[in-house]
Amino acid sequence: MSRALRIGSLGLALCLALPGCQGVQSALDPAGHQAGRIAGLWWLFLGVLAVVYLVVLAGLLIAASRPRRRGVLPNGPSFAREERIERRLTGGLTAWAVGTGAIILTLTGLSYAVDRDILGLTDKAELEIEVTAKQWWWQVKYNDPVPSRSFETANEIRLPVGVPVRIVLKSQDVIHSFWVPNLHGKTDLIPGRVNETTLVADREGRFRGQCAEFCGFQHANMALDVVAMPRDRFDAWRESQLSPAAAPADDLARQGQQVFLSAACVMCHTIHGTTAASRVGPDLTHVASRPSLAAGTLPYSKGNLAGWIADPQRIKPGNQMPITSLSPDQLQGVVAYLDSLK
Amino acid sequence: MTAGTDTAVVRRDGPGLGEAETNARLARSWATPPGLWGWLSTVDHKQVGRRYVVTAFTFFVLAGLLALAMRMQLAGPERTLLSPDRYNQIFTMHGTTMMFLFAVPMMEAFAIYLVPLMVGTRAIAFPRLNAFSYWVYLAGGIMLWVAFILNVGPDVGWFSYVPLAGPQYSPGKRVDFWAQMVTFTEVAALAVAVEIIVTVFKQRAPGMSLNRIPLFVWGQLVTSFMVVFAMPAVMVSSSMLIMDRLIGTHFFNPAEGGDALLWQHLFWFFGHPEVYIIFLPATGFVSSILPTFARRPIFGYTALVLALFATGFLGFGLWVHHMFATGLPHLGNSFYTAASMAIAIPSGIQIFCWIATLWDGRPRFATPLLFVIGFIVVFVLGGLSGIMLASVPLDSQVHDTYFVVAHFHYVLIGGAVFPLFGAFYYWFPKFTGRMLSERVGAWNFGLFFVGFNLAFFPMHILGLIGMPRRVYSYPAGVGWDELNLLATAGAVILAAGVATFVGNVWHSLKHGVSAGDNPWGAGTLEWATSSPPPSYNFTHIPVVTGQEPLWTLPQGLPAQGLPVVGGLRVDQRELLLTTVVDADPDLREPSPEPSIWPLLSALAVTALFIGSIFTPWAVVWGAIPLAVGLIGWFWPKSPPDTPEPVID
Amino acid sequence: MEKAPHFVTDLAHLPTSAHGPRSATWWGTLGFILIEGTGFALAAAAYFYLMGQPETWPPGQAPPDWLWGTAQLILMLASLLPNLWTDRVAHQEDLRKVRVGLVVMSAVGLLTLVVRAFEFGALNCRWDDNAYGSIVWVLLGLHATHLVTDIGDTLVLTALMFTRHVEPRRYTDVTDNCVYWNFVVLAWVPLWGLLYVVPRLV
Repeated sequence: MSRALRIGSLGLALCLALPGCQGVQSALDPAGHQAGRIAGLWWLFLGVLAVVYLVVLAGLLIAASRPRRRGVLPNGPSFAREERIERRLTGGLTAWAVGTGAIILTLTGLSYAVDRDILGLTDKAELEIEVTAKQWWWQVKYNDPVPSRSFETANEIRLPVGVPVRIVLKSQDVIHSFWVPNLHGKTDLIPGRVNETTLVADREGRFRGQCAEFCGFQHANMALDVVAMPRDRFDAWRESQLSPAAAPADDLARQGQQVFLSAACVMCHTIHGTTAASRVGPDLTHVASRPSLAAGTLPYSKGNLAGWIADPQRIKPGNQMPITSLSPDQLQGVVAYLDSLK
Repeated sequence: MTAGTDTAVVRRDGPGLGEAETNARLARSWATPPGLWGWLSTVDHKQVGRRYVVTAFTFFVLAGLLALAMRMQLAGPERTLLSPDRYNQIFTMHGTTMMFLFAVPMMEAFAIYLVPLMVGTRAIAFPRLNAFSYWVYLAGGIMLWVAFILNVGPDVGWFSYVPLAGPQYSPGKRVDFWAQMVTFTEVAALAVAVEIIVTVFKQRAPGMSLNRIPLFVWGQLVTSFMVVFAMPAVMVSSSMLIMDRLIGTHFFNPAEGGDALLWQHLFWFFGHPEVYIIFLPATGFVSSILPTFARRPIFGYTALVLALFATGFLGFGLWVHHMFATGLPHLGNSFYTAASMAIAIPSGIQIFCWIATLWDGRPRFATPLLFVIGFIVVFVLGGLSGIMLASVPLDSQVHDTYFVVAHFHYVLIGGAVFPLFGAFYYWFPKFTGRMLSERVGAWNFGLFFVGFNLAFFPMHILGLIGMPRRVYSYPAGVGWDELNLLATAGAVILAAGVATFVGNVWHSLKHGVSAGDNPWGAGTLEWATSSPPPSYNFTHIPVVTGQEPLWTLPQGLPAQGLPVVGGLRVDQRELLLTTVVDADPDLREPSPEPSIWPLLSALAVTALFIGSIFTPWAVVWGAIPLAVGLIGWFWPKSPPDTPEPVID
Repeated sequence: MEKAPHFVTDLAHLPTSAHGPRSATWWGTLGFILIEGTGFALAAAAYFYLMGQPETWPPGQAPPDWLWGTAQLILMLASLLPNLWTDRVAHQEDLRKVRVGLVVMSAVGLLTLVVRAFEFGALNCRWDDNAYGSIVWVLLGLHATHLVTDIGDTLVLTALMFTRHVEPRRYTDVTDNCVYWNFVVLAWVPLWGLLYVVPRLV
């Protein structure tokens, strides 16, 4: 069986030569153990089933075009069934049914083997990340046995390369599905239940995950970034995330902080180190260190940040963030402040 | 019989009456009243069946237009043709309409029209129930579409997962309309299922023992049993949903002991068999068309019947494969993998038998056969991608992506719509008396086949490279742009294929070549009567001597040469009932006259269902007119049936 | 050109109505019994499914009181006697006895509805308390709708048997109605166990 799987990974190598399969959100461009095994299984299934398909097509083509006995067709079948032909066809049918059975048994076995192998990783997790899905963003908590070493971020997961990470999956509202195709298949997040999956990245890189269960109005814009980085850089990042937000460094940012803390922003967001401590929306303590905004809707940039705050309903209609009426000066200040929260 | 009336008149079918006189009397007994009243009160299964066909096809076109709208939106990244709100309504309406208002009713339509003809009886069992089912279906469809036009169309997907569809996350009436539409269509489908079961069990022509039942009829019979066991699940679940929404029950509310996954279990316990409820009748189309155009009796009749039963049985053991991502225990999931893959065995047997029939025949490549060949090419691909989806690890990647969209369109369009178009071309002459144009038919097939593959094949790849389903927009730069554009182009060609078909029907209805009784030289009983058939279907009830009764006749004998039975009344609607297994003549039972009560009862049901969206009390008050309607329906006519005529 | 048809038999001697599996209506009734039986089975499955969710069952309520549900069970099982008797006399086409049987069955049916009303009152829960309350009410309500429809049918048939519409087919209507009542009663036995016994076992 493992040889069969190796043949499957040959297909994988073949695919990587094609540009189409590669991508930041592709099941055929695996960057983790599970996605790799699944992709291998995929190529194996594809190979076997493609042969079956070609056999059927060939049979159909021959059946439709083979030379026939001559003769005029009366209005009704011109012959009684011939015993010899019926016998031969029945033999063919039996062989076909047995062959089908053998193929699906084999494929079921291979599928089961890969499933076991993937599950084997569950017990080896060294880190735990709790992901809570909300309409329409991801709350990400890095749990640590020492409570003060836990922290929270949003729409972004960073992983140390080669370290299996347990992902605890919860939902606050409706059913969502957590899916980072380059690393692993999907698992649903269901209110009233707690699910788990394990991720391990085999190489550095930035991947895109996306909600895969229809969850309402902005299901299309509920993505997250997954960044796999070497262990030492991950640890450094983790330390930086544990620190409270940087104090504003200049007047503009200071003024922006004032606006933030007095306007509607503070009703929903947390910035550690300030009085903003509401947990409705994403934690913004280190918002400027994240690759994207509004759950993968926009790449992070100062300009996009300003556009988002100015009119979130234009960029992601129906999302839960209201328009906050800020004067251009106030907006500039808030953007400067948030942009300083690395 | 009282003395003095026309005792001398022989009112029975038999050698003494003469063909012209028999037909005239039957026509009088089985006539639908003229005018609007007759239109509203008819119980003729052919009229009702035609209505079902036209209505279901209209919904097919409407849902197809919605699909085009979605393809336009997705032709490129970040397009803003449709707002997310509109898009979500559109994809929900597309799926809901295709599944509940097109596919299942269309298959029922063919059953209603063809099964009585194929088994050689004068009418469907419970014809008033049949008329009622149509009105209920029509009311449900209109309700849903009016709601959509008024911007209260459902927007949570055709599967309405809770809690998204629950009271907290979908306030307003949108989901209520969806849930009640389900109730409407399931009432109709269950009624039709019972009619078909009883028609097949009790009304087969003498001699049509189990081993002579046409495969189309077998397919519809197995389907009807699947409806009986599957549809209650969606009625139970949608009733629970609407109660959660309207009267505060907590079936799906985890905070009060309910559970979101209960919905998924119940819904997919219906939802997976639903696929076979659509597919099995289509296999009946294929098994009807193939022998006729291969000029050979079907190969492997028994194997095909057993495959139908196996599929029908296994179809109930697969529902969990829609829930692999929900975190259920993995060992259980493996069982469902095996069961899901096992269904490839009966499907494979069917495919083999069809190809073998073609192989050993002398095929004539008319349009129906083209669609059957297209069916095999497309459906087998869909079946094979289904094997991939049955694998838990593979499913974990492609579940809820465009790969699944591609898969089930290959299965459902390939498995049901290709055969359906074949069936249109095949039976159109029987329905209307005219042939569809073969030349236009070839164009229709070509556009449909090319457009379909262009539209849906790229979606396999899209899913594998990460594109999830049900997104109203996608970002540029993820690599999905070109394939989406290709799919949109394919959808336009596909639509052109459907338009070609509509044009062909439009033209042929008036100008098509006259068909005659049996234009294709087919072997089953529906071709033994005129095209279109008279209200009473057959002048005399035929006696069946083989699987293809018209082919087992002595050479050269036309359809009129079938042996027949006499003795049925011609002055009143009367059916011949036969025994379940051997189809031995057993009973003569009257068949109901036209009646307006089914329509009135359907209107009462409509008022009750729609009213209940707004107040639970509608169930109580609405029951009163419904009771009146049902009593009117079942109250015997007066004066009572005329007594038995004297037998000379 | 008209050709003489090839008649092989004359079926004029066949009867025009029959009881049981020979008639179409009996099969139709059976079809609807299958549908409704599936509905009951699925609702019962939902009950067991929901039972697995909370810690205790019933969650925080007392189980339904014994009295009325058990009275209903006894009443229904007892009603099988007049029902089977009505079925037998309908087979014999004895109009007088059939009238008696139908009147008795109508009365019994109305009585079960009265008892059912008391049952709802003795459930010790409301449908909007929690999922337990919801499924209990739905199960009882689902069975109650079957009571209502069958009693409606019985009442109409009773009225019919006192009109000039009495003919052989009416007797088969009566026997089909008896079959349906048997189903309604037999469906109650497991439902009674589910609603009244199961919560006391766990």
